[in-house]
Amino acid sequence: MDKFKSISCVAAPLMRANVDTDLIIPMQRYLLVDRKDMHEFAFETLRFLEDGSDNPEFVLNKPAYEGAQILISGNNFGCGSSRESAVWALNGLGLKCIIAPSFGNIFYNNCFQNGMLPIVLDQKIVEKLAEISENSGNNAPFSIDLEAQTVTAPNGEAYSFEIEPQRRHQLLEGLDDIGVTLTKVAEIKSFRKVDEKNRPWIYN
Amino acid sequence: MPKKQTTLFDKVWNEHVISDLGVGFSLLHVDRNFIHDLSGSRALGALSEQGRRVMHPDLTFACPDHTVSTAADATHTGPRYEKCVDPLRQFAGDQRITFFDIGTHGFGIIHVIGPELGLTVPGALIVCGDSHTSTHGGLGALAWGIGASEVAHVLATGTVIQKRPKRMRVTFDGAMQQGVTAKDMILFLIGQEGVAAGSGYAVEYAGPAVRALSIEERMTLCNLSIEMGAKVGMVAPDEKTMDYVKGREFAPKGAKWDLAVAHWKGLQSDADSTFDEERFVNVEDVRPQFTWGTSPEHVMAIDELIPDPSEQSDLEKRNGYAAALEYTGLKAGQSLQGQKIDQVFIGSCTNSRLSDLQEAAGIIQGQKVASHVDAWVVPGSHDIKVAAEAEGLDVIFKKAGFDWRNPGCSLCVGSNGELVPEGGRCVSTSNRNFVGRQGKNSRTHLASPISAAASAIRGEITDVRKMMKE
Repeated sequence: MDKFKSISCVAAPLMRANVDTDLIIPMQRYLLVDRKDMHEFAFETLRFLEDGSDNPEFVLNKPAYEGAQILISGNNFGCGSSRESAVWALNGLGLKCIIAPSFGNIFYNNCFQNGMLPIVLDQKIVEKLAEISENSGNNAPFSIDLEAQTVTAPNGEAYSFEIEPQRRHQLLEGLDDIGVTLTKVAEIKSFRKVDEKNRPWIYN
Repeated sequence: MPKKQTTLFDKVWNEHVISDLGVGFSLLHVDRNFIHDLSGSRALGALSEQGRRVMHPDLTFACPDHTVSTAADATHTGPRYEKCVDPLRQFAGDQRITFFDIGTHGFGIIHVIGPELGLTVPGALIVCGDSHTSTHGGLGALAWGIGASEVAHVLATGTVIQKRPKRMRVTFDGAMQQGVTAKDMILFLIGQEGVAAGSGYAVEYAGPAVRALSIEERMTLCNLSIEMGAKVGMVAPDEKTMDYVKGREFAPKGAKWDLAVAHWKGLQSDADSTFDEERFVNVEDVRPQFTWGTSPEHVMAIDELIPDPSEQSDLEKRNGYAAALEYTGLKAGQSLQGQKIDQVFIGSCTNSRLSDLQEAAGIIQGQKVASHVDAWVVPGSHDIKVAAEAEGLDVIFKKAGFDWRNPGCSLCVGSNGELVPEGGRCVSTSNRNFVGRQGKNSRTHLASPISAAASAIRGEITDVRKMMKE
């Protein structure tokens, strides 16, 4: 997993609530497409027109947002199905950070397994950032600094965000969860041994 | 000294903590790791690539459900099987994981077979790469959906890392009216609270109206927790729960059973326990529910009128309502009743259990499905199908013109290629009415099995209570 320290790039506003994982990556694509190709179908229904050509109205298709690694969106981003391919698809589009007032629980967790930073900010601030992005013209860069826990808008206004130290550490170090947990294998095994005595009905 | 936390959730959570990882996170022991053909196959594949073994194969159970055809003449071959089902079968064999194969005893939707086989028991910590894992909470298990990386983590370590959620209790009081089901209770709650209200919470459903529900109904209630944003939904186990679990194939037996029951009896929220949030619903206010939009919170009673976006003060909500109505081809102020439909789907981990099929069959008996409607019944498991056929439910459905199909997730999400025809309107007993969920431009109306059955007969969205009075 890549380490996440800071990024500086345009931020694309997709201001709608409840962007669900079906919208991010439709089930049919999740099924049959390999992880590395998933992004080709990200936001498929929004991104392409009926004839398969790019929809010029979709924010990530607009020249002004080329190279965006940040997406600004509405409440409950990533709600719905647990499919982690939603994060893979967004990763594949080059996105590394989603800013929203709230996230779907499972999606939020999935982000940290894939080096994606979900930032929760007050709804008014998110709306303001989206507005700044829309009005600031081409390639006005937003900066995200994970160490300092700040989002800085092109006009220099900075907003700090909260993130659990554990999650922050994981992103900063690009840590693989399994490897970390397996260092505790003795503890895991001895827990089970005791538990087999305490709750024998769980084990057959 | 801090007050001892004594809710049902806390009791079960605490029993599973291996170590405290700080800032609210814990490393938890997993009692049951259910894997299926979508997240499971990928995770097992990744694990094999890394040369890692499954830590607790005896606590891991696999069944393909999402991509399996439910057609009677299915050959179970083709790209979906090659990509999703066959690898799961192979990896399960390699890693000595119990695998329930298509068309055999035990096979079915993972959230249906867990309880049915006695794998799901009160107080168990259960995870699965599927957001509707909350279903198992109907028996007092602590169960939630996880992502693919987490599935791989559970396979490799037998544990899951989770931040302790806050606690919410929803108390349902009163007696249910005729034509109202557990599905209507939970849709009503989602309509009141919205799809994000439970985010970050483990929800306990309590109160006399919950106690009155059967175990299968409690599973329906817990199933939809995630549509309110909550990963976990639970009902405290009681006598009904013990009766349900007793004697099932994988349920504890003999001395283990006695120990288990003694323990399970203590899995209740203590009278003095406090919750971070509380909600109260009088079920006497609940009428048969139908969704009208593209989110489970876009829901109303069948005798209400579709809400007007312009009357919503919240801008996001107003835009969401307007977009939803455009998609579903409906207008503010309209009634849903009488809306012509193309398809009916009775199935999914929400509503495909024997009691769901029995209730739906009770509504249609002796009547015919409207000629323009394609109506499907997809039993949740092989064993449910067998049991339903033993009591003649298949004959009732088939005589009425329903397609009586084989078990699987099917039309709920269409991952097996079974979809609503483009632009079609479907009354569905499943759990999500998202844009395109059941197929391109499909318009989904979530409802209970009896509401769906009634709508199939009439060929339009129907108030089931009217058919019950006839």
